Amino acid sequence: MQITHSQLDKPGWMREIIAIWGYAQRNYFLTKRYFWWEVVWLVYSTMNALTIGFIGVGFGTTSEEAAKVTTFLLIGTLLWSYLSMIFDLLSETVSWERWEGTIEYTFMSPASRTAQLVGMGIYAVLYGIVRMIIMLGAISLFFDMSLGNANYGAALGILAICSISLVGFGMVAAVMPLLSPEKGQQVTSIFTAVLLLISGIYYSIDVLPGWMQPLANISPVYYALNGIRNALLEGATFTSQWENIWPLLIMGLIFPPLGLWLFKKGEWFAKKTGRLKRSG
Amino acid sequence: MTLEQVRQAANALELRDVEKKFKKKRNDFSYALKGVSLTVKRGEVVGILGPNGSGKSTLVRVISTLTLPDSGEVRVFDIDAVKEPREVQRFINRVSVEASFFKKLSSLENLLFGAKLYGVSDRESRPRIKEILEGIGFDHKRVGEPMEHLSRGMQQKIALARALLTSPMLMLLDEPTTGLDPRSKKDVQTLIRGIRQDHDSSILLCTHDMGEAEELCDRIGILLNGELIALDTADGLRSKYGTSSLEDVFMKATGTSLDEAEFVQDMAEAAPAAD
Repeated sequence: MQITHSQLDKPGWMREIIAIWGYAQRNYFLTKRYFWWEVVWLVYSTMNALTIGFIGVGFGTTSEEAAKVTTFLLIGTLLWSYLSMIFDLLSETVSWERWEGTIEYTFMSPASRTAQLVGMGIYAVLYGIVRMIIMLGAISLFFDMSLGNANYGAALGILAICSISLVGFGMVAAVMPLLSPEKGQQVTSIFTAVLLLISGIYYSIDVLPGWMQPLANISPVYYALNGIRNALLEGATFTSQWENIWPLLIMGLIFPPLGLWLFKKGEWFAKKTGRLKRSG
Repeated sequence: MTLEQVRQAANALELRDVEKKFKKKRNDFSYALKGVSLTVKRGEVVGILGPNGSGKSTLVRVISTLTLPDSGEVRVFDIDAVKEPREVQRFINRVSVEASFFKKLSSLENLLFGAKLYGVSDRESRPRIKEILEGIGFDHKRVGEPMEHLSRGMQQKIALARALLTSPMLMLLDEPTTGLDPRSKKDVQTLIRGIRQDHDSSILLCTHDMGEAEELCDRIGILLNGELIALDTADGLRSKYGTSSLEDVFMKATGTSLDEAEFVQDMAEAAPAAD
């Protein structure tokens, strides 16, 4: 048998790129293997979006108003479906490996945590976009959406910036299962629930109690929704939405490195206390 | 650290006074490793014998950078495993008692993924996978089957193939044959012998099978309650303790048989759960 140590001669950056591709490809393989489950979740999410859309139809007094309310709700539903999926995929990085029993193998490999989280993030974004396009196609068969003035380019630009901060936000949450194998994943579910409540997905945050409204300022989903709704409903341009873009840019700069830093600290703690095991 | 520098290191592994304890309750700690010192020379196979709960897996986790020791020194090819874990990770791989795989993925998909974590691209790994799988007698037509469809023995062979794919300079084998049927066990042992002959690897083999330790290892250590109480060649151990079998060596060194030690350990582990 031929012995080769070719990988040992490669520069570090090349090994990292191969590892990033490895994580993204593995997730693609897993999506293929769990294909029918993915179909079930996609159908469920689409039905959920349709249900919310019909609520909008029921609330409009004129057809124009109904279309506006429906579009407002559907943008929120679709965007939440996309962003919560990115967040969930990232935050489940550790629990998923633990559940499959591969956590020790992954964490003893020379691929960095950055490569792992970036690989997971890239796949989550690509898969989320495909999923959102399918949902959008299905939904558009049922509703007359008010998108005559839509500025799709601006909406996509804001979505792209928001995706980066959401990946970082997911990295921050991913540390929880490292700190507590038993309860960590449940805590990340609380993160998701709080984001859903405070971000104005199905309603304007003005309806929230006064003390709760400022919380929306720390949610990237809130700014993304504002920006994308403005772009799709009012036709607002990308550059005219600076008030939504700058917080997203700052969060995009802060959350990914913060998430990585916290993740590395969590990994050190798990290694020190012997929590980096396949079972909880 | 370059491959040449690694090749020039006299020892594949050096442990000096390694200690690790875990917190059970407040102010109640259990020692997993107590002052363990051990050297594995380049190209050597060292076996660690010990009952369940003796600290074998903690020892392997410490070397593979998954657990940080409380004190002591761990050097792999003269690289400090605590200070430079990622450098060390490039040169080691591990096969444990559980063949850690994505169960729904095929062996090929798992192997491709495992190789990429070590910087081996698809283009490099595909021909190597074919060659390694042929070498271990795995029917290549089954590479597309999910891992969960394969027998435990077959999964363990794939685990060894995954490790070989990255050409590790130090291989950590943590009870790789435990729970296998006699045929699979023999196949896996043949593979381990092959790794030694064909690869530029040093091996640390943790087992509670004395026959396996004697057959595969140059030197054998006995680990009990986290302490390495003996380390020598099989003949050296027999002569030191004046016995003719490793079973008797274990009995004389520990005051108990391996089976009894495992029973006591199992009872101790079950006790808190019963409270």
